[in-house]
Amino acid sequence: MEATPAIVIALVVLLPFVAAALAPLVHRLVGDFAGWVVALVPVAGFVALWGLLERVSGGESITVAWPWAPSWGLELSFLIDGLSLTFALTIAGIGAFILLYSGAYLKGHKQGRFLGFLLAFMGAMQGLVLADNLVALYLFWELTSVASFLLIGFDHTRQAARRAAIQALVVTGLGGLSLLAAGVAIYTISGNWELSAAGELTGNLAYPLLVGLVLLAAFTKSAQLPFHFWLPNAMEAPTPVSAYLHSATMVQGGVYLVARMTPHLGGEPIWNLTLMAFGGATLLWGAVAALRQTDLKQMLAQTTLASLGLLMLLLGAGTELAVTAAVLYFIAHALYKAGLFLVVGAIDHGTGTRDITMLGGLRDPMTVSFIGTIMASAAMFGLPPLIGFFAKEEMYAALAVGQFESLVALAALVAGNALLGAIGLALLIKPFMGQLLPTPIEAHEAPSAMLAGPVVLGVLGIFLGFIPTLAGELAVAPATSAILGVPVETHLKFGVDLLGPAFWLSVVTWVLAIGLFLRLDLARSLLRRAATAIGWSFDIGFDWLYFGLVGIAGAVTRLLHHGRLELYLFLVFALLVVATIGPLWLLDGLPRGPQVLDLRFYEWGLVGLAVLGVVTVLYARSRLFAILALGVQGLAVALLYLVFGAPDLSFTQFMVEILSVVILALVMTRLDLDTADRRPLEDWARDGGVALLGGLAVTMLLWAVIEGPFDLRLSNFFNAHSGPIAHGHNVVNVILVDFRGLDTLGEISVVMTAGIAILALIRGARRNKPVGVAPVEPKSQPKRRAARKAAA
Amino acid sequence: MNSLIFRTIAPLLVAVMLVFSVFVLLRGHNEPGGGFIGGLIAASALAIYGMAIGSDAARAALKVHPLAYAGFGVALAALAGVLSILFDVPFLTGLWTIFEFDEVEIAISTPMVFDIGVYFAVFGTIAAVALALEDEEGGA
Repeated sequence: MEATPAIVIALVVLLPFVAAALAPLVHRLVGDFAGWVVALVPVAGFVALWGLLERVSGGESITVAWPWAPSWGLELSFLIDGLSLTFALTIAGIGAFILLYSGAYLKGHKQGRFLGFLLAFMGAMQGLVLADNLVALYLFWELTSVASFLLIGFDHTRQAARRAAIQALVVTGLGGLSLLAAGVAIYTISGNWELSAAGELTGNLAYPLLVGLVLLAAFTKSAQLPFHFWLPNAMEAPTPVSAYLHSATMVQGGVYLVARMTPHLGGEPIWNLTLMAFGGATLLWGAVAALRQTDLKQMLAQTTLASLGLLMLLLGAGTELAVTAAVLYFIAHALYKAGLFLVVGAIDHGTGTRDITMLGGLRDPMTVSFIGTIMASAAMFGLPPLIGFFAKEEMYAALAVGQFESLVALAALVAGNALLGAIGLALLIKPFMGQLLPTPIEAHEAPSAMLAGPVVLGVLGIFLGFIPTLAGELAVAPATSAILGVPVETHLKFGVDLLGPAFWLSVVTWVLAIGLFLRLDLARSLLRRAATAIGWSFDIGFDWLYFGLVGIAGAVTRLLHHGRLELYLFLVFALLVVATIGPLWLLDGLPRGPQVLDLRFYEWGLVGLAVLGVVTVLYARSRLFAILALGVQGLAVALLYLVFGAPDLSFTQFMVEILSVVILALVMTRLDLDTADRRPLEDWARDGGVALLGGLAVTMLLWAVIEGPFDLRLSNFFNAHSGPIAHGHNVVNVILVDFRGLDTLGEISVVMTAGIAILALIRGARRNKPVGVAPVEPKSQPKRRAARKAAA
Repeated sequence: MNSLIFRTIAPLLVAVMLVFSVFVLLRGHNEPGGGFIGGLIAASALAIYGMAIGSDAARAALKVHPLAYAGFGVALAALAGVLSILFDVPFLTGLWTIFEFDEVEIAISTPMVFDIGVYFAVFGTIAAVALALEDEEGGA
């Protein structure tokens, strides 16, 4: 039975999100079996994807699209080709074991939420590798970063976990923005939001910019130098997260992006050499750094860096053989590295420590874990006939072609693989062989749900090694074709070419690895001494940048937001004067002023009342009296509106004036202000000057408006239409609630928000006020009032 | 300010003001008035009530936090706009139904509902600020 592609996409991308929302409920219903239940989600996705394998390996690319934002030409489109299918199958397959494992690993410990985050991540990651639309790609890319943030910081009571989560989010967020810019640039150039329709972009003027943006995104996500530091820190996350996000899937997002962009951007030296340089550097850096660690999880994290660098290097080499090797290595690495992480989690769970120097002889108490580790380490070491061996053979064959860059890369590969092999040996031999060492918890085997992953993934690694031809036909060749944009036939076969250079390079690698393993303790102490001598790391550099930025922001804020209200007000009104008079003066629009004042006697009376109010404000001895006088002035203005035929305005002005007086008086009594105004003379002169200028500025502006020609078009429109089409005779109200309803909606939202802010201010002032009596109970106000009086 | 006369008169005054505020609100579409001014009048009424009998009692009379009224008002206004989606016309398009009782026309319309939302938004906000300022101490 074969599901239609649309249903497959829904099962693979959408279902995990739905399941994520339901995960806490599932946990409440079935308790510790929640892991078994939710693992069905990726299993369903895997089966659905498997149904498309035959069509895709036959060279077909399947597209699925739904309308998204048609007015902007956006479609939620997905592309299933060899590349995306290989990634999607890996994500779903490993995801099932991870969910199963998590159920046992985090027994009862906020498990529902944890499984929910993992499922949400899974949906986002599937969306990332399957999306064809650039906006959707960006969206899923960012969602994986957010999910990673939540999962790294899952144990949010620990400061280290919070820091690691923020660091990962900041670094990958930088790449996300870069990807967005790249997406917009590709759309601008090709006129198409679908990446599959973008065509080749190498000839474009903006090509170097595109390469920079895409590689920045890929390097931050896949933790390449110099952005690698976040990945080891991300090991603060629970182990299943490290296994899933930070080795097998999310960090491969950058590798995926590079692979996906290769047909559009690849083939130019700037692309290939940059990838090879950064990939090679990361490979060696990670592999050497892994030697330095004693924490099993940190060792794995550093080797993950190395493997990511290796993949970038191979994609950078860009030949058919190299890309085939990259795809093979991606599969091999996902299988063995996830398995190793899960075993390390089981060791941590079963012994209470992850320190390699404290572990030994676990082969008897943890036999199944031991078997899982044998299979994973053998793949890491690259023994035939495991798939890891074929991946290594393939990459050596790809680069042993005699060009200078290739030979440098080859040397890096041999060195990197030897280092990784040594670590692989160390992971197997140190904890499991030798004497059984005492551990914080007496060593015991993990539950079966935690062992299923390592064993099945390990067996799969061996199984694929025995059928390289089939693996090549089903996944590797289709993925390679998708990356290179040309059909590729598989040449993988089960066998060892004992005379080929690749095999002899493998032998060299093994010898080097064993030699390194025997000298591991020496190498570790030397590296540690070197690191202490340098005393600087990229991690510290990140802190410099991060806290430097925070410091600059703080300094700017303190400069502008100094907290002195009188200076704020002075600045606001001074700028008002400049902004009003400046343009009038510069553009020669200064008004001439009224020629004749033709007012009736009662109108003169109202003007006189307003002037009287203002003058009283100036000469009032107490502030309360000044506030009242200001109210008188306002009422006089309201009456003027009424006299000149604006009843609505007048009505509102009356209410506003009354409420202003009330609220000002209340504020004054609340703040315990001095009843009289005792400003020093220079302040008085400064404030008075700005006040006079402000009044003058507004007056001139109004005069200038009145002197200009009066455009009646709007008034006529509203007068003519408010009755017939809006059924209202009060034009002002019709404008407010109908013609310009959206404005009003915005305004009342602002009014409400301002209300919330004012309440916060009032409460803040109350909290900061030194209170004579310590607050006892919130409800006993009369008593406290009395107590306060007594205290005074 | 808390004199006996004021305390006696205030409830009456407040009742009249509240009724007047609704009157002003509802006549707004054709005569001077509307939701904004109605809300201001109602808020003034509440402020007077708070001064006369204390802000706690005024809060108790409101049943819920004054800002909840403001939130309700904004939501109501938005809802009045969203209603247009049912008729496949742009957001905030005015929709009218006119009932006739004995030759008296009564118009029910989304602009009216919108105006009622404005009324509550203004009333809730100003009342919240006024009551918070009237609180001697504590309260919320």
